[in-house]
Amino acid sequence: MATVQVSEAEKVYILHGIRDDLRVDGRGCEDYRHMEIETDVVSNTDGSAKVTLGHTAVLVGIKAEIGKPRPMFPGEGYLEFFVDCSANATPEFEGRGGEELGTELSNTLYKVFNNKNSVNLKSLCILKGEHCWVLYVDVLLLQCDGNLYDAISIAIKAALFNTKIPKVHISSDEEGSKEIELSDDPYDCMRLNVENVPCIVTLCKVGHRHVVDATLQEKACSVASLVMAVTQKGTVTCLRKVGGGSLDPESVFEMTETGKRVGKALHAPLMSLLQQEEKLGKSRQKVGFLG
Amino acid sequence: MRGHGTYVDEEKLTASVAGEVQEFNGEVGDVVVGRITEVQQKRWKVETNSRLDSVLLLSAVNLPGGELRRRSAEDELTMREYLQEGDLISAEVQSVFSDGALSLHTRSLKYGKLGQGVLVQLSPSLIKRQKTHFHNLPCGASIILGNNGFVWLYPLQHNRKRKLEAFTPPISLADREVISRLRNCLLALTAHKVLLYDTSVLYCYESSLQHQVKDILKPEIMEEIVLLTSKSFWNMKARKAILSFPKHFVICNCCGIFTAEMLFDDL
Repeated sequence: MATVQVSEAEKVYILHGIRDDLRVDGRGCEDYRHMEIETDVVSNTDGSAKVTLGHTAVLVGIKAEIGKPRPMFPGEGYLEFFVDCSANATPEFEGRGGEELGTELSNTLYKVFNNKNSVNLKSLCILKGEHCWVLYVDVLLLQCDGNLYDAISIAIKAALFNTKIPKVHISSDEEGSKEIELSDDPYDCMRLNVENVPCIVTLCKVGHRHVVDATLQEKACSVASLVMAVTQKGTVTCLRKVGGGSLDPESVFEMTETGKRVGKALHAPLMSLLQQEEKLGKSRQKVGFLG
Repeated sequence: MRGHGTYVDEEKLTASVAGEVQEFNGEVGDVVVGRITEVQQKRWKVETNSRLDSVLLLSAVNLPGGELRRRSAEDELTMREYLQEGDLISAEVQSVFSDGALSLHTRSLKYGKLGQGVLVQLSPSLIKRQKTHFHNLPCGASIILGNNGFVWLYPLQHNRKRKLEAFTPPISLADREVISRLRNCLLALTAHKVLLYDTSVLYCYESSLQHQVKDILKPEIMEEIVLLTSKSFWNMKARKAILSFPKHFVICNCCGIFTAEMLFDDL
């Protein structure tokens, strides 16, 4: 991830500030920065979303393709994640610099969605054992200003909400072989139920306290972070520790409690916002990338 | 021979690009806030938002202890004890090298290593050139407006003694709030391309008092605050102009004729 240099005196200032629950930008330890979400920004995808969290900007595009189901799960479709850390985001990602971070982010996303409740994979099945929908989720990092996991997970949830998968009819012809027909009407599509899609909350341990949505300066003062994926009901689907420092079990417990609380509180406003945006329909003014 | 970014339009040489200068081109006498990037033999390399890192020679700093003597080999070896990579300093531009790199010096008690505070990185084109760049704002914090766009906010030093040397007392919550509010105000002013100097920052601070510190960064509230700030400017400038001729009338094309007392309620 992009790093900034911070002097020892600045670190002391940040540490004491967090201890007193007043961060450098006036936020409390559990406050997020200003967030902007827009869906349907990329026209040639089946679903897309762009999320700006402070100066971090993330673009997610979802494409639905027909493929063969996995051998272990013949009656389900699946998701494929790919994270591209573009060199636009920070000079450190030039050339192959962003590959390591990209693979780490993709692997975490696989872990987060690797359960039967997040996305109803059975609804992605077309013909058991033969055909199913594969959702290719492509994440593009446009700008990096800390807290990538959170921004990416919110963008994925918004993009999945926005995804329109065409309805298919299976017909068998005279010889008995099956044919897949896509309906002619481009608006005849299936939507996904994103109620149980988790959102990732990253908690950085700074001193004796932990903060949500850390900036790059705060990240430089922290030695360890906890990345946790929380659903609307408060279920944790993935818990991961990142960073070279150590966390004692009591801090891990406290941080997971905070993460659950913050994560649960994220979902309701997010869903209502997405539904509001959907209601605007065609009359919505698209901001896109130049706004 | 014409350079890049130009074209000839009806025999006149015209620029084909326009924009704001993002880099700092320093001149002798400019005050800068910089971060040490390297410790080399007899000098430090300082990042100052310019094309090349600036140079701070060992001979251009005041030795801790304040002695005046020739720098020895021991001084060279203990450079890192004074300034390390990542440290922030305030300095003045002493000269400019032929390749454009700046040579800095901290040979004054007001310059040197910076202690606890907040650094805000902005565009150098928004910093107004003034007689002094060090201000103790009446709202309860101090500010250094570096010409290179780096602005340093720190708590007021109540005693005359120079900050860093000994134990630094923890900063109170009230001071922190002032500094956080100032930081957000600076970002609000930068977003609306307002020239930064002590008065503009102060007016913005006062206009922001009705909002919570963390709300200042919301786009709608930022706009509201900057609008209030520019209104305060108008008020101040108009007051100065009108008060210099108190018996005259002010004629506004759309609103009518007013006297000074009618325009400003507190006269």
